[in-house]
Amino acid sequence: MAEAIRYGQDLPVGARGRNSTGWWGLLCLIATEGSLFAYLLFSYVYIAIQRGSAWLPDPHPSLKLAGPNTLILLASSVCVWWAERGIKRNHRGQLLAGLAAAVILGTAFLGIQVLEWSGKDFSLSSGSYGSLYFVITGFHMAHVIVGIAILLCVLGWSATGAFTRRRHEPVTLGGLYWHFVDVVWLFVFSTFYLSPRLIG
Amino acid sequence: MSRPGATRPDQAGKEATWEGARDPRIVDATAEFPGPRLKRIWETKPGLLGWFATVDHKEIGKRYIVTAFLMLIAGGLEALAIRLQLSRADQHLLTPEQYNQLFTMHGVTMIFLYASPVLSGFSNFLWPLLLGSRDMAFPRLNALSYWIYLAAGVFLYAGFVVGLGPDDGWFNYVPYASKTFNPGVNIDIYALGLILLGISTTVGSANFVVSFLRTRAPGMSINRVPILTWGTLTASAANLLAVPSVSLAFFLLWMDRQFDTHFFDASQGQPLLWQHLFWMFGHPWVYAIVLPAMGMVSDALPTFCRRPLVGYTPVALSTVATMALGFGVWVHHMFATGLPTVALSFFSGASLIITIPSAVAVFAWTATIWTGRPVIRTPFLFFASMIVLFVIGGVSGVMTGSVPVDWQLTDTYFVVAHIHYVLIGINVFPVIGAAYYWFPKFTGRMLNEKLGQWNFWTMFVGFNLGFFPMHLLGLLGMPRRIYAYSAGMGWETTNLIVTLGAFLFAFGVLLFLINVAWSLRRGPAAANDPWGGATLEWAVASPPPVYNFAVIPQVVSRHPLWEDSLAEGEARSSLTRGLLLDRGRETIGTTPLDGQPNLILEMPGDSLSPVILAAGLSLVFAAALGHAWWLTGLGVLICVAALITWFWPRRVHGDVPRESAHG
Ligand code: HEM
Repeated sequence: MAEAIRYGQDLPVGARGRNSTGWWGLLCLIATEGSLFAYLLFSYVYIAIQRGSAWLPDPHPSLKLAGPNTLILLASSVCVWWAERGIKRNHRGQLLAGLAAAVILGTAFLGIQVLEWSGKDFSLSSGSYGSLYFVITGFHMAHVIVGIAILLCVLGWSATGAFTRRRHEPVTLGGLYWHFVDVVWLFVFSTFYLSPRLIG
Repeated sequence: MSRPGATRPDQAGKEATWEGARDPRIVDATAEFPGPRLKRIWETKPGLLGWFATVDHKEIGKRYIVTAFLMLIAGGLEALAIRLQLSRADQHLLTPEQYNQLFTMHGVTMIFLYASPVLSGFSNFLWPLLLGSRDMAFPRLNALSYWIYLAAGVFLYAGFVVGLGPDDGWFNYVPYASKTFNPGVNIDIYALGLILLGISTTVGSANFVVSFLRTRAPGMSINRVPILTWGTLTASAANLLAVPSVSLAFFLLWMDRQFDTHFFDASQGQPLLWQHLFWMFGHPWVYAIVLPAMGMVSDALPTFCRRPLVGYTPVALSTVATMALGFGVWVHHMFATGLPTVALSFFSGASLIITIPSAVAVFAWTATIWTGRPVIRTPFLFFASMIVLFVIGGVSGVMTGSVPVDWQLTDTYFVVAHIHYVLIGINVFPVIGAAYYWFPKFTGRMLNEKLGQWNFWTMFVGFNLGFFPMHLLGLLGMPRRIYAYSAGMGWETTNLIVTLGAFLFAFGVLLFLINVAWSLRRGPAAANDPWGGATLEWAVASPPPVYNFAVIPQVVSRHPLWEDSLAEGEARSSLTRGLLLDRGRETIGTTPLDGQPNLILEMPGDSLSPVILAAGLSLVFAAALGHAWWLTGLGVLICVAALITWFWPRRVHGDVPRESAHG
């Protein structure tokens, strides 16, 4: 009788890690946002090439704040990775601690960025370098803020016990987004802070 | 408090009660089962709330199509006003300012608000049916994409109706569009409105990409999908990469205008940056608004030739190749800007090479007609004529793709002729043909065939009468975007003919609308498969039930409904016997390449989050236009709230009591 026939293989029900549609959707988001930053940096390079090296601020952007800040952001990524590892092993404490640490580090990054901004002797409207600098780093900061908001939501849901060892898609997705935001920073950082050093 | 089926995370051993895996049953669908049960599960609640909350792809697809057609009408009326003004020399029906707004809104409407959304509409409605699924991968994202599209359309038109519409052409070059030369709010409306629209396009594209990869019926490997899905997939992937470019350009322009940044000004920044950012998006976009339409032809034309498409694989590959090359030709819009010759030669070469994949499609369609037994019905006429118009538009494209010719012809009516042959030829004609073809699936009724034939011939004759002579006007040196010309230039007769043709064409479109209005009420009822089509959408009722497929079909070929008549091999697709997924809104998730089931997807139910999010976003943009920053903040808060509810972790199927969840 037809009723008795089964597909013959257990299929997971609902979201499951990289198998979920959410994971693929996030990859699409990352592709499009990654492109956005690529176009932003293209604009910088395009104008920089046309204007020549005298266009860069003198002295070149300093690494004093930006260098350590980069490390802070990278450390926050490690925390998120560690948090996700926690929930995969059913250690809720580790999940919570990792997420909280990432949020704190992310916020510290923001604070230092604001400090960095306030120390600049050019402004958004003083010239095209300033426009590019503030708009591009501003775009990145906006992404950091969104990332922190996501981590906070995930933290809250984790605290109420919404996730399990096998069902914790928001942790995976929020974490991936956070890593993406960090990688973008590496590009922004290299463009503004490192590339002027290369061309002397 | 504790919901049945929900466990605490620390009770690891019991997790399986609500999250586990299951081995789904395979059953024969009958009238009693599982249809009625699925209907209860999938149905949208009646009433206004349900109307706003629905995430049914068929409903959203229809809304997209209707809205896009309203936009086509608006853009068409603008074009008619333009043509009236140009019908004679020294005419003064319109002021120069009005004329600028009219041709700009015409271009913006047609390109952004009609041509792409109408294809999204068809794809939204058809994709899950073509793929043997019950909805798109992200149903709520689908709703969001529609609501934002609607908001962006209203945003752009709100400016236009009060006389503040964008007025620097659809590609809005700086410095015309910079604050110094265009101080009004017109360009800010353009910039912000189109950023908003870009969000809609982006989320819609992500949805298509993931739906293609994950929601195909078991057995539907990527060499068995209908070409339409290839077209929309390619367009969507390109949109994901290209739309940020233009959204960024709009944003930077707005910053330049409102916050005195210096991206595009000549003294500090670089005006050509605008053109690069615009066309890096613009050219892929042109393919994005024709490839899905070409896909519709590739799928529907064979139905009327009573044979499968000749060259499925080359056509699918050329679709992707066109787009890949399409990213490398943007500079051909900038030949006249004084770029270095090496760059020009490179991009000119690329522009010529891109004709190869396009030619593949043309040959495939021609061969399909040639070797088939054509049945001349209205959709066939539209599809076949599209091939002719495509060739004409392609030839004029190759001409302007070569640098010296372009220097002669750029900014003349030759270009206007070219874009209309391409856009009307490869978008409007296939779209109307597709409307005839799929109307029975949309509504359960057939369009009137006789009126359809009239409809076609009026449009075809009107179109060629109205647009072919424009080539001549271009060669005679008539520039585009002029609001009047003086007598004695030798342009008068031709312009009059062009205007008459335009009105005839518009009358043809009107006949289509009349046919729709009439057939919605009087058209003969349609069976499941009125044309004898080959693909899965024809296996379900017209219009399809809300859950699409009672059981998930199992596919073994490209044309599941033609397997018997083609008698290729032994295997048969199974359409009424398949996986039973009825424990809530479920559909099957399959592997990206082979289409092997690997997940039971829990689909979200109806939700107000999308429409609220769209409203919040619109508020952000409208408030930013007026610098009402506290309202912008409020908009952001609304968006955040909507997003949090959207992503709130759900433990069980959203809206259905799982009476048999443990069975
Ligand atoms: C009744 C049908 C139509 C007529 C009579 C018509 C007529 C015209 C005319 C006369 C112009 C040139 C205006 C000028 O340069 O001064 C124009 C521009 C344009 N049309 Fe159409 N058009 C029609 C339909 C369409 C459709 C269906 C599309 C696209 C799908 C389209 C896309 C465009 C674009 C992109 C421009 C360029 C606008 C600009 O210069 O910024 N048109 N149209």
